[in-house]
Amino acid sequence: MNVISAKIGQPVSRIDGFAKVTGQAKYAAEPHPPGLLYGVIVNSLIARGRIEAIHDEAARAVPGVIEVMTHHNRPHTALFEKSYVDGLGVPGSPYRPLHDAEIRFNGQPVAVVFAETFEAAREAAMLIQVDYERWPHNADFDAALYQKYMPSKTRSNYVPPKTRGNASEAYALNPIKIEGRFHLAPEHHNPMEMHATTVIPEEDGTLTVWDKTQGPQAVQTYLASALSLSGKKVRVRNPYVGGAFGSGLRAQHNVFLAALGAEMLKRPVRVTLTRPQMFTHVFRPEAVMDIALAADRDGTLQSIIVEGVTDTSRFEHNMENLVIWGLIGYKCPNATADYKIAPRDTYTSSDMRAPGAATGVNLFEMAIDELAWACRMDPLAFRRHNYSDIDAMHNMPFTSNALREALLLGAERFGWNERPLAPRSLRDGKELIGWGMATGIWDAMFSPTSARARLTSDGRLHIATAASDIGTGTYTILVQTASEAFSMPIDRIDIELGDSTLPECPTEGGSWTAASAGAAVWLACQSLCEQFLKLLKKNKNTPDWMKQDEITVAEGELHGVRNGSPVALSLQDALSFIGQDSIEAEETAKPGLRGKISEMRKARFTHSAVFCEVRVDEDLGIVRVTRLVNAVAAGRIMNPKTAASQVRGAMVMATGMALHEESLMDERYGRFMNHNFAEYHVPSHADIPEMDVLFVDEKDKEISPLGVKGVGEIGMCGTAAAIANAIFHATGKRHRNLPIMSGA
Amino acid sequence: MRNFSYSRPGTFDEACRVTEHTRFLAGGTNLIDLMKSDVERPAHVTDLKSLSMNQIEELPDGGLRLGALATNADTSAHPLVIRHFPVLASAILAGASPQIRNVATNGGNLNQRTRCHYFYDPDMVCNKRSPGTGCSARGGRNRIMAVLGTSEACIATFPSDMCVALAALNATVNLHGPKGERSVALRDYHRLPGEAPWIDNVLQPGEIVTSIDLPSVSFGEHYTYLKIRDRLSFAFSIVSVAVGLEMESGLIRRGYLALGGVGTKPWCVPEAEALMKDKPPSHSLFRDVAERILEGAVVDRDNAAKLKLAPRVIERALWQAAEGTPQSQTCKTIR
Ligand SMILES: Cc1cc2nc3c(=O)[nH]c(=O)nc-3n(C[C@H](O)[C@H](O)[C@H](O)COP(=O)(O)OP(=O)(O)OC[C@H]3O[C@@H](n4cnc5c(N)ncnc54)[C@H](O)[C@@H]3O)c2cc1C
Ligand code: SF4
Repeated sequence: MNVISAKIGQPVSRIDGFAKVTGQAKYAAEPHPPGLLYGVIVNSLIARGRIEAIHDEAARAVPGVIEVMTHHNRPHTALFEKSYVDGLGVPGSPYRPLHDAEIRFNGQPVAVVFAETFEAAREAAMLIQVDYERWPHNADFDAALYQKYMPSKTRSNYVPPKTRGNASEAYALNPIKIEGRFHLAPEHHNPMEMHATTVIPEEDGTLTVWDKTQGPQAVQTYLASALSLSGKKVRVRNPYVGGAFGSGLRAQHNVFLAALGAEMLKRPVRVTLTRPQMFTHVFRPEAVMDIALAADRDGTLQSIIVEGVTDTSRFEHNMENLVIWGLIGYKCPNATADYKIAPRDTYTSSDMRAPGAATGVNLFEMAIDELAWACRMDPLAFRRHNYSDIDAMHNMPFTSNALREALLLGAERFGWNERPLAPRSLRDGKELIGWGMATGIWDAMFSPTSARARLTSDGRLHIATAASDIGTGTYTILVQTASEAFSMPIDRIDIELGDSTLPECPTEGGSWTAASAGAAVWLACQSLCEQFLKLLKKNKNTPDWMKQDEITVAEGELHGVRNGSPVALSLQDALSFIGQDSIEAEETAKPGLRGKISEMRKARFTHSAVFCEVRVDEDLGIVRVTRLVNAVAAGRIMNPKTAASQVRGAMVMATGMALHEESLMDERYGRFMNHNFAEYHVPSHADIPEMDVLFVDEKDKEISPLGVKGVGEIGMCGTAAAIANAIFHATGKRHRNLPIMSGA
Repeated sequence: MRNFSYSRPGTFDEACRVTEHTRFLAGGTNLIDLMKSDVERPAHVTDLKSLSMNQIEELPDGGLRLGALATNADTSAHPLVIRHFPVLASAILAGASPQIRNVATNGGNLNQRTRCHYFYDPDMVCNKRSPGTGCSARGGRNRIMAVLGTSEACIATFPSDMCVALAALNATVNLHGPKGERSVALRDYHRLPGEAPWIDNVLQPGEIVTSIDLPSVSFGEHYTYLKIRDRLSFAFSIVSVAVGLEMESGLIRRGYLALGGVGTKPWCVPEAEALMKDKPPSHSLFRDVAERILEGAVVDRDNAAKLKLAPRVIERALWQAAEGTPQSQTCKTIR
């Protein structure tokens, strides 16, 4: 390991990489306590109705089966609906697993079989027969659109669109316009690791819960409340998470059912979902956006009208910030937007990587491309001309916005100025070549977070916070932060994450962890260092040179001046003077008064500029993405290696959004039918070209204590549009439905 | 998956002794998958891997015999296959992934089952899985389903790539059963669903595929396997075409052609192949061939795009073969 270059901003390789590739990293389904029972969930095969009877005799007869848990025999759980509300804040009445006989979505758990072996549980689950009373349902999105509505209580993070000017009048008056319905198919998160929970009842009466989640403390609170346990009894751990993309934001039914099973049977229990079962819970909502844009003859945007709808379940009102992005980013004098949700009889859609923006930015940027071409303007020039230097919707300045630099940098790397304006201008053999671009925008968020730093007598620094590393590199950047804040080589830093008992940290999501947990670790380390030096100075046993103001910690040693010449001492030896085994500091990073005022007065976003080349075999409807360049402005980059990997991963996902990924709903049953990886297509290696990820230098003291914005989601925003726009440039044909499938 | 018993017999005669609830196991990439999904529920699994049938050997007439247990990977990499039957090597490489091909066998490939979403989901009614229950795919999400050879009872494709090339090559399947040995032309091996879609092929209870014979052909470079799918690798075909042309002084002496992804079995129309006899390649000829092959196609809710696409893929493949520029399976540019 390269120990020297370990500070913030260095391309340090993942410190958890070795544990992961050697199988030492333990995931939620991997603890193996003695007496473990295996739970397999039985799912409803209807979308709406009532369970009339559950025939479990055959299942119970399978050797090794211990119990079949249903709504009839489950242990007592919380009485009131509100006890089942989780941290995500989706209004409505939360789904309560095995609560009663009512079926509200296809795939709803109706029973859990617990057995001594996984094989027995699985076989028995297959033998369970359920009689249903079927009620009519609707799972068709187009039909649901007729019932679209605005819930009376909105999600806490919902940003209502603000109208300015008179958009419909401007649309009527201006000469150049486009108008159309843009659509995105539903997608499933499909992290590599499927949702799983292992629950271990400990001897002291507490429950240890290993769960695949993005928020161990949120799951802890949820379980304590929903299962009517006192808060203290449950400890939730998720030290390693094999991707989540938002599927681990809410406590999924596996964790509830596993904990319920452990309560019922007083034994350790594990519940894992299969890949098909991963299609029975959260997904990115299907969306339509009706977009109308108008410009004057100079190519100045004069009117933006957006009406967007995403789907939700019949029982919860999931919402996204879908329609606001164009109104924020473009300096158009007349703009209006409307957003509604459409209910169908499915599970509740949920946040998936860049929720709202992945859909809203990409579809809007496809429409902007149409208008640029209608104005016969280069799409980059059109954006430069119309882009706003302030948040045009809230009329607020940005804390920082290096989009202009990103556009320049990306265009230069791509060679954009060689691009002929007209579509169908570039050809190589049977392939048409197209160049497209789009811009991206995503929230730069900060949430109050706590962290603990401890120096121990062996001279090691221990960092702890309840943050989750969902595969993004959080362990690594937090160690880098600690290394710089305390001045300690990284091989002497230990870090603990993913445990509800650690200092408070909000659920990992929205790309805020780097900024927030980073700031908390920074503060804790600084505070620890100050405390350490103060203790040395005031201790009566320490030699005189340690009482001087000059002493500092540098590269894991204590430095000072004795008799005019420099002196260094190991931290172990320094600590031994104090007579304490360890010293510790815990700090909370919060916006503070200045930060709160800044939040009211300034807009906070990351930006990106994406450039894409595609080759299209028009005859056969085959699209190949051959180049992707993404220039990202995201404040201070803590680790260019893990950051670029985040952006690249999102670009792969966005390529899937543009060309491959679609969960196929069969409305007749309310079930997503292509529920496996052979038929739900994520991009393969062959679909992904070399990708260039560039970071624009963006100094921002105001955004968060370390000047960090976060990069987990920005790569989604714009990339799919750049691909769709490149297809237009290649072929002259517009596609307004994503994904754009072969043969289409 | 449900409990089952298992045996690994050493002789063909032993292996042939089966009940209605026996399944043969080769590479397991399809069977085990289906057992986990509760689609296949064998009471007994007879593992074939101890039987000696993994060789690839030359036949006296210049043809080749492919053992049923030879893996897809070994077959596609075999020097004799590459030299004499490159269209087969190409078709195999167009399928699945290297990891799967390393385990999947030729016999298993021939007998793999459909990828119909509804077949794969035991909660859905499906005639192929549960005789007489109905077909959920009709009127459903059937973009990947067949347009040729379908019936009221079933519209599922037979998904193999390898078998499309085998059909074009007029391969023969050799069987060993309780009543002895017999051979069946590959083109007759798979069945149309008709009213009994649960019977995929002509294999009788207890019969084992022992090998596949390829008669010698002389296509030279005049062949191709062109596969269109929903991503550039690792997806089943939407439309695929295997072509071999015997060319002589600019004329097609004989043309061999089979379609995948669109039919309920590898789709061959001898009359369409006969159209090419002694003709020079031309757009009008290839259009006629495509039209003739696709005659009688029926589309359902979501799969009309296949029918739009298929003639273009057929024509492109025929040109690739005629011009001696076969499709590469690594470079994704389509010539
Ligand atoms: C994710 C995925 C993607 C795939 N993509 C493709 C693709 O793009 N193109 C493609 O062509 N294929 C594809 N395949 C299918 C793959 O080619 C088949 O699964 C494989 O060829 C089956 O071979 P096996 O030896 O593993 O068969 P097994 O799973 O062992 O058996 C399959 C069936 O054949 C029967 N069987 C096997 N051997 C014999 C024998 N000698 N005699 C009689 N019956 C026998 C078995 O009883 C069973 O019913 C894919 C598979 C997967 C899992
Ligand atoms: S198409 Fe065939 S395999 Fe698919 S559901 Fe219908 S009967 Fe079953």
